[in-house]
Amino acid sequence: MDINKTLDAKGLACPMPIVKTKKAIGDIESGQILEVVATDAGAKSDLTAWCKSSGHELVDMNEDDGVFTFYIKKG
Amino acid sequence: MAENKKTNIILFSGEYDKAMAAYIIANGAAAYDHDVTIFHTFWGLNALRKDEKLQPKKSFMEKMFGKMMPRGADNMPLSKMQFLGMGPKMIKGVMKKHNAMPLPDLIDMAKEQDITLLACTMTMDLLGLKKEELLDDIEYGGVAAYIAEGEDGAINLFI
Repeated sequence: MDINKTLDAKGLACPMPIVKTKKAIGDIESGQILEVVATDAGAKSDLTAWCKSSGHELVDMNEDDGVFTFYIKKG
Repeated sequence: MAENKKTNIILFSGEYDKAMAAYIIANGAAAYDHDVTIFHTFWGLNALRKDEKLQPKKSFMEKMFGKMMPRGADNMPLSKMQFLGMGPKMIKGVMKKHNAMPLPDLIDMAKEQDITLLACTMTMDLLGLKKEELLDDIEYGGVAAYIAEGEDGAINLFI
C-alpha cells in the first residue's frame, strides 16, 4: 500500500486526533492514502465512525501495544 | 456538494468542565464538516470574557456582577469538586498529564475551525457584560438567531 501522508497523533487526546485527521485529509487527493498513528483509546471508534460519515474508506487498521495505526483512503 | 449538517450548542453553564464538554463536541462536529454554532447565554458568557481587567462604564449592580463572575475561560470554576479553587488547579494538572487540551486552547481551535461563537445580547444586558469585555470576532444575537440555526440542526445541545 502506498502511503501518501502520515499523521502522528500519538499522545493527543480527544478531540484532537479527529480534528488533525480532518486537516490532514485536506492535504491529499481523492483515492490517496492517509496513515494516522494514534494512542487515544477512543480513536478506534472515533476514526471508524468519522470515515463512515465523511465518505472516506478505512482500508486497514492495526493495534500494537496501545498504538493504533489507521489507513484511510480519501473519498 | 450537499449542504453541510449543522450542530448547535447552547452553553448556559459557567463551569470549566461543562464548557470543555461543549467545546470538545463543537470541535469534533467541525471535523465532521458540520456548520457549528455555540450560543453563549447566562453564565456561559463568561467563557467569552477576556481575562484582562477592563473598566467599561457600568452601573453599581453591573460592577458587582462583573466582580463576582469569572473573567474568562481559564478562571471558570468546576461544577464538582471546586475545593475553594484547588479543584481547577488539580484538574488542569491531570489534563496536562493526559494531553487533554485546556479550555482556552479549545476555544482557539474552535475559531480556527470557523465555529461561530455567538453571545446572547439579552443576558449580556442582565449580567452587565459589555462587548469590549468579550473576545473579539464573535457574533451577537438572540433567540431568533438560535432558532434559525436550530430548526435544521442535526445536533442541538443545551449544556
